[in-house]
Amino acid sequence: MRSNCPAKSKIGNTSFPRHATAFTNGVWLGTGTAFALIAIFGYLVYKGIGSINLSFLTQTPKPPGELGGGMANAIAGSVLILAIASLLGVPVGIGAGIYLAEYGRNRFGDTIRFVSDVLNGVPSIVIGIVAYAIVVLRQKHFSALAGGVALAIMMVPTITRTTEEMLLLVPNALREAAFGLGVPQWRTTLSIVLRTATSGIITGVMLAFARVAGETAPLLFTAFGNQFWNWRLDQPTAALPLQIFTYAISPYDDWHRQAWAGALVLIILIVSAVAAVRIAVRRGTLGGVA
Amino acid sequence: MGVGIQVENVNAWYGKSQALHDINLKVEANHATALIGPSGCGKSTFIRCLNRMHETTPEARVEGKVKIGELDAYDGTSPTQLRRRIGMVFQKPNPFPTMSIYDNVAAGLKLNGYRDKKHLDEIVERSLKSSALWEEVKDSVHKKSGASLSGGQQQRLCIARALAVEPEVLLMDEPCSALDPISTGKIEELIFELKAQYTIVIVTHNMQQAARVAEYTGFFLLGRLIEYDKTEKIFTNPSDKRTEDYITGRFG
Repeated sequence: MRSNCPAKSKIGNTSFPRHATAFTNGVWLGTGTAFALIAIFGYLVYKGIGSINLSFLTQTPKPPGELGGGMANAIAGSVLILAIASLLGVPVGIGAGIYLAEYGRNRFGDTIRFVSDVLNGVPSIVIGIVAYAIVVLRQKHFSALAGGVALAIMMVPTITRTTEEMLLLVPNALREAAFGLGVPQWRTTLSIVLRTATSGIITGVMLAFARVAGETAPLLFTAFGNQFWNWRLDQPTAALPLQIFTYAISPYDDWHRQAWAGALVLIILIVSAVAAVRIAVRRGTLGGVA
Repeated sequence: MGVGIQVENVNAWYGKSQALHDINLKVEANHATALIGPSGCGKSTFIRCLNRMHETTPEARVEGKVKIGELDAYDGTSPTQLRRRIGMVFQKPNPFPTMSIYDNVAAGLKLNGYRDKKHLDEIVERSLKSSALWEEVKDSVHKKSGASLSGGQQQRLCIARALAVEPEVLLMDEPCSALDPISTGKIEELIFELKAQYTIVIVTHNMQQAARVAEYTGFFLLGRLIEYDKTEKIFTNPSDKRTEDYITGRFG
């Protein structure tokens, strides 16, 4: 007993500062990350806010050399392309994730997991080429649809894997509870497992969405870009990242300023889309049973 | 009303290892039957064979005959049909966390497509009353989530949820092992009342509990049913030496 006492107090003495250091480190890392994010956003606001005005948000680009004009068609084009991408990519991704988590403990499941992980690492320009090959060449047109397909392909692996992870986190006890009530497996998956994991899955979807929303490379030869309005799915369509890219490498100061403004608008669009979905989902899940 | 259960030559496996050997047993309708035995002896596996829950475990399999009343559990009956007639309460309370108290109780009916709102209201109230939870939650059935209740209340909620689908048999897999003595007392009282309407099979580690609530008791050891008789007989005058050793605390 006696020999234990000094040893014990020694541990006590050394462990306190250690905890303290770990805590301070954590605080520093946290502040560092927050600072970096705020710095990026702050710089964007600083550079871009001055060029955001009514004409920027309502007009199409002016010919090179002329001052003014805006990115309204690119904002609309981005919304259109992202809507197509989400409509195609989200159901496929969530469906694949459900399959992997609930039924995929076999070789086919392992293959899908492997393919999806590889797909996650494929450079976005390559995915652009794939979309070019399967949509553009066939339609003989650059189009919003082709851009949407390219972005959808990029969304799928992230959504698939996060959906799977989130569903696997749902305790088996809940599945058993539902089985025990005579609820068939498909219904259990949809109404119990999926519902319980909703907020995690939404996080995955939003991550994938935010990632592709800023992609430029896969749109270069799919959506292609457009100086004018376009609402048709089979026509070349402007997109914010493309417009930012074109303007940023141009020789005109006015276009540089507009590129900054475009970047700021893009970030704001992404943040508000993510926030809106989160709020909508929170309202929805607090309601009744499906 | 409860129905009897007849079990003939049931064997069960997890992969290659056999968990149950030739179980034969007749459970009396409208009585409580307790299954006791040391951990890993197969009592939980056994009751999971009664509602075909065993086969949901990967690589698990069952052979033999189980009759729930007139219904042959493994021949010509789908697991979902069977489970609608057999309620199950698990070791740890497992209410659906995204659902209100009301929706938890109504879940079995709603998820099977039942929609009559007025009738659902009645069933929910009746089930919560039978599980002795109604008085505590009647003002917040829609407002509170099932997960916000205390452990004992959650378990009674799970019992209400099982009763709402109007089963004939209620299987309870160590329903009190995660609860404090007061909640345990409430659940035991409940079992006493529920016997009038349901056939109850309860797995328990607590021998006093078996003695208190059950008319019949089965003793499991290493996947075999060693002895099955009136509870009184098992606890005062067991015919098998191993049963006697177990209930007198000489092993296990």
